[in-house]
Amino acid sequence: MQPIISIQNLSKVYASGLKALDGISLDIAEGEIFALLGPNGAGKTTLISIVCGIVTASAGRILAGGHDIAVEYRKARRLIGLVPQELTTDAFETVWATTSFSRGLYGLKPDPAHIERVLRDLSLWEKRDSRIMTLSGGMKRRVLIAKALSHEPRILFLDEPTAGVDVELRRDMWRLVRSLRDKGVTIILTTHYIDEAEEMADRIGVIRKGQIILVEEKAELMRKLGKKQMTLNLQEPLIALPPSLARHDLILKPGGQDLVYTYDTKTRDTEGERTGITALLADLAEAGIRFRDLQTSQSSLEEIFVDLVKERA
Amino acid sequence: MNWYAVRAIYGFEMARFWRTALQSIVAPVIATSLYFVVFGAAIGSRVASVDGVAYGAFIVPGLMMLSLLTQSIANASFGIYFPRFAGTIYEILSAPVSPLEIVLGYVGAAASKSILIGLIILATAALFVPLRIEHPFVMVLFLLLTAVTFSLFGFLIGLWADGFEKLQLVPLLVVTPLTFLGGSFYAIEMLPPFWRAVSLANPVVYLISGFRWAFFGTSDVGVGISFAMALVFLALCLAGVTWIFRTGYRLKS
Repeated sequence: MQPIISIQNLSKVYASGLKALDGISLDIAEGEIFALLGPNGAGKTTLISIVCGIVTASAGRILAGGHDIAVEYRKARRLIGLVPQELTTDAFETVWATTSFSRGLYGLKPDPAHIERVLRDLSLWEKRDSRIMTLSGGMKRRVLIAKALSHEPRILFLDEPTAGVDVELRRDMWRLVRSLRDKGVTIILTTHYIDEAEEMADRIGVIRKGQIILVEEKAELMRKLGKKQMTLNLQEPLIALPPSLARHDLILKPGGQDLVYTYDTKTRDTEGERTGITALLADLAEAGIRFRDLQTSQSSLEEIFVDLVKERA
Repeated sequence: MNWYAVRAIYGFEMARFWRTALQSIVAPVIATSLYFVVFGAAIGSRVASVDGVAYGAFIVPGLMMLSLLTQSIANASFGIYFPRFAGTIYEILSAPVSPLEIVLGYVGAAASKSILIGLIILATAALFVPLRIEHPFVMVLFLLLTAVTFSLFGFLIGLWADGFEKLQLVPLLVVTPLTFLGGSFYAIEMLPPFWRAVSLANPVVYLISGFRWAFFGTSDVGVGISFAMALVFLALCLAGVTWIFRTGYRLKS
């Protein structure tokens, strides 16, 4: 299937010389929720800004719905809604006026019924005649979402949608994102919060220093998440693993002092045992290997993320 | 053409105008009335007529031009500068609108406002002095040309400015002096020959001269030349705006 967004070899060097994006290629499938995860300054906002037409690319090509965003910018942009990270709203306009304004800007004829639906979905209906400057920060963020949804986009970009947002709004936001996905809207969100990516996304991309360093199905990442490691500190160092232990997923660390056993907490082995630890320990005793201590550790998505980001520093 | 977008921007800008009606309409009317009291009644009563026109009436076209220029520039520059300053420009940049549509919306609204204010001033002036308009069609033409040209000029300033001071700088340091020295309150021929020659380098002279011709049939320079010069300024401003949108200067990084 043709991706709804196709980013090819995208690079951006700002006038200051800062290289914000470095040869990014990424395809987004229609209808998926894609989370772009990365530390501050990684290039998340620059990437979104280029796709939306706010920043010009230095090199590369982007297709949205098959339309080149530079050549067929009208067709491409009509598909896209953007909720920016900063609370950049007008001050004196009413909620109703600013939302209707956005719809007009995207070349759609006025549709009060649609605007009403959007405002009601975002719990803004009661505030429709309020001036934006009288609203709280959370309400302003809802207004930005309403503006983005006013023109019925097929692709929605949410740049740090839950940064500095209270728990209730965060839940509302997640609910909204799911209901949009059910309607077939493709959603690309950037976030610092790993649990948010875990909770929401179908696929997760990790961006660092302007490069995509990992794109994976969330399920695959979660599988990694389910893995645990047990480290055994041996009394006597081993030169090599005895053949009697070959059936276990063991790694002997350099120095021969530590044995690392990786196991899955979510599946069972052939003997019906959950982790295989009992069998391993029995085999160790039989081989006469004694250990001083043992530790177990879980690799979380957070750890995977931190490792990935550090590894390439 | 994305007419809905033009209408949205135009409507947004006009809403701002009505919301601030006090400062956008009442202020220029009061300022103009003051000019009439000072120049028209107090001083004008001691000045002989200029070119056969009573002094009070003679200054009306110049005063309208003064407001037209300052209002066009102020409205258009603020209209585009503020979204840049507040960050709301992101929406305009990411919407399926062409530069032409953006300009039509912003500049169209700024020109509409200043024309409206010009007409209000004309009506106010009619309360003070007897007026005649010999060439109404030409008068409307100059009104439109000036409003559009200087709204474009203001739009340029609003795109160029990177602070509120700069937004004030050009109107204050350039436009106001040019307007005052452009013959709002006198005929150029009343100046010594040297300053008369210098005045001919002032673009505003041509606008006021042509506008005054439409009222009274007298002018400092030929009305054809005035018209040609107005078109030249329009072309210059259009070229400037086109260049900015081509290069993304101050709009996109």
